Amino acid sequence: MVHVSATPVLALRGVSKRFGAVQALTDVELEVHAGEVVALVGDNGAGKSTLVKTIAGVHPIDEGVIEWEGKPVSITKPHDAQGLGVATVYQDLALCDNLDVVGNLYLGRELLHRGVIDEVTMEKNARELLSTLSIRIPSVRIPIASLSGGQRQVVAIARALIGDPKVVILDEPTAALGVEQTAQVLDLVERLRERDLGVILISHNMADVKAVADTVAVLRLGKNNGSFPVKDTSHEEIIAAITGATDNAVTRRAGRRTAEAAK
Amino acid sequence: MSDTSKTVKSDSSETAKVDKAEGVIEEQETVAPADDPTAAPVTVVDPRLLVREEGFKGYVTEFKRKVKGGELGSLPVFVGLIVIWTIFQLQNDRFLSADNLSNISYYMSATGMLAIGLVFVLLLGEIDLSVGSVSGLSSTLFAVFAVNNGMDPWLSLVLAVLTGIAIGAMQGWFFARIGVPAFVVTLAGFLGWNGLMLWLLGDSGTINIPSESGPIHLLGQGSFFMDQAIIGAYLLAGLGVVLTLIGNFGEQRRRRAAGVPFRPTSEILLRVGALAVASFVAAAVLNNASGVSNALVIFLAALVIVDFVLRRTTYGRKVFAVGGGIEAARRAGINVPMIRITVFAISGGFAAVGGMFFAGQTASATLSAGGGNTLMLAIAAAVIGGTSLFGGRGTVWSALLGMLVIQSIQTGLDLLNMNTSIQYMITGGVLLGAVVIDSVSRKSQKAAGRG
Repeated sequence: MVHVSATPVLALRGVSKRFGAVQALTDVELEVHAGEVVALVGDNGAGKSTLVKTIAGVHPIDEGVIEWEGKPVSITKPHDAQGLGVATVYQDLALCDNLDVVGNLYLGRELLHRGVIDEVTMEKNARELLSTLSIRIPSVRIPIASLSGGQRQVVAIARALIGDPKVVILDEPTAALGVEQTAQVLDLVERLRERDLGVILISHNMADVKAVADTVAVLRLGKNNGSFPVKDTSHEEIIAAITGATDNAVTRRAGRRTAEAAK
Repeated sequence: MSDTSKTVKSDSSETAKVDKAEGVIEEQETVAPADDPTAAPVTVVDPRLLVREEGFKGYVTEFKRKVKGGELGSLPVFVGLIVIWTIFQLQNDRFLSADNLSNISYYMSATGMLAIGLVFVLLLGEIDLSVGSVSGLSSTLFAVFAVNNGMDPWLSLVLAVLTGIAIGAMQGWFFARIGVPAFVVTLAGFLGWNGLMLWLLGDSGTINIPSESGPIHLLGQGSFFMDQAIIGAYLLAGLGVVLTLIGNFGEQRRRRAAGVPFRPTSEILLRVGALAVASFVAAAVLNNASGVSNALVIFLAALVIVDFVLRRTTYGRKVFAVGGGIEAARRAGINVPMIRITVFAISGGFAAVGGMFFAGQTASATLSAGGGNTLMLAIAAAVIGGTSLFGGRGTVWSALLGMLVIQSIQTGLDLLNMNTSIQYMITGGVLLGAVVIDSVSRKSQKAAGRG
């Protein structure tokens, strides 16, 4: 399932970030390969959002290096990140309710035909993109306001793909979604991997993480607290890394059981 | 924005019937080919979606569904216009005479210009209360430049309009950069610019502007398109119809070639036919009086240009985006403060142009220019025409439709010799009614999942 290229498309080396007296990130390492889904997990305040925002260029880093395809780059503003090929889908989707799906997909980078917005090509491309992603929405010409939460989420993700990015960051894409919509979004994440994109998925939902991620990177109090291949890692190990509890009720019970079995 | 929402929804292999004439289905024809061979097992269309029936019948059902869903569009205007015209005609049989209709068409251009600028501001979900005062100030500035200082009238016109744009940009700057609510900034402008105008006019109170030539002659009531030639009005009507026809069929051809849903021929013919009837009847009526006034021609040209800018250019798309969601617009890389400042500058510019129209009507700059209920009428026109006060929804044609209603009421009340007091009360009531329709339709849009 995982086939990863040698050089990570995006790598963070020893990244630190301070806000006043708060050390939000300390020496954080992260690697994302093409065709890999990296789940970024951690408790509230662990620094997930800060980390994502440093990659997206919202907060420039204080120390450390961001490498893009092996070469160090400087990302100081959102425009830099977009230029490299990083697309971010934030939790609040930020779509324009009054514009239709095509208008939202192409907002800020409309295709022009002799200086005039080329609605026809935009609509054609939008339909092709949505159908290759198997996104089910009623029509590309209805306003976003009439779509459900899950449909908005997939439109927001599809919007991130319009600029042909190499890395897509999804900030809790399933947080507010129902069963069917969550399944749709997870399907979409897998399709992003099939398109050889690197995906950073922030989630609190271990089931989602186990379902689609290849690697789990755990952040705790702004530091790396382990990076695990999903296949060989149990739910409990990840939770333990997140909470910092190597010795907790779950591990104790498990330990007691193995001890009893040994007897 | 809505021009493609009425197209035939035909995805994958679905065939669509196109009725060629008057609802008679003559042949079956695939409207859009299956455009995506890759999406074989999964259909993009949600099975719960109500697919519009094709042809004329589908047009009617779609229309009914939209009205129920609160997307009233221009419907209240047409109903209102019929009611107003019937009432006034019953009260005074001169109301629907060619001369009176010609009067309406002439006098609506001035406030209509203000309404065009307001449509931009309303699309952002903001309000500009200063347009009346700015229009008055602009007519006074023009008079001061051209009459008191003897400058070239055209140069004076350009200077007056530039001043309007600068005033609008300044108000927009206070709103966008400093963060003062637009309501307060423009309320201050409403008072301040009116004060400046009174100060400029000084003791004399009125500056008469010679109207033999120049812009004031052009905008005066005695100036007609192609010097009252009968062919002039029909030429304009024909030009509008032919351009609409070419535009629609061009779009249909491109959409068909690209394999995306397009508007069926029957619908295009129906729409263009309606437009042709309306415009040629209007041309005939105006010819029956004295011709198409140049003020009206300029107003219509401004509408066409602004409509194009709003619907077909990236700038227009940005205005709609900022009106629909500021955060989304910002994330898409749109410079929100710049859009806000330019929109207020456009509003100020159109207010100044409207002020020139007022000056053309009276051939003078007076203390009362742009005062009274001018501002209210302009706002009412934009809202009555269907532009939402809540931002993001509307077209510039609402300035035309709304002005037809407003000017009909004004002219009708004048014909009936109603007192100003009554006029104010009725105008206030109409504005309230328009806003109520806007709010109620917004509510039912939310209920229908389109808010």
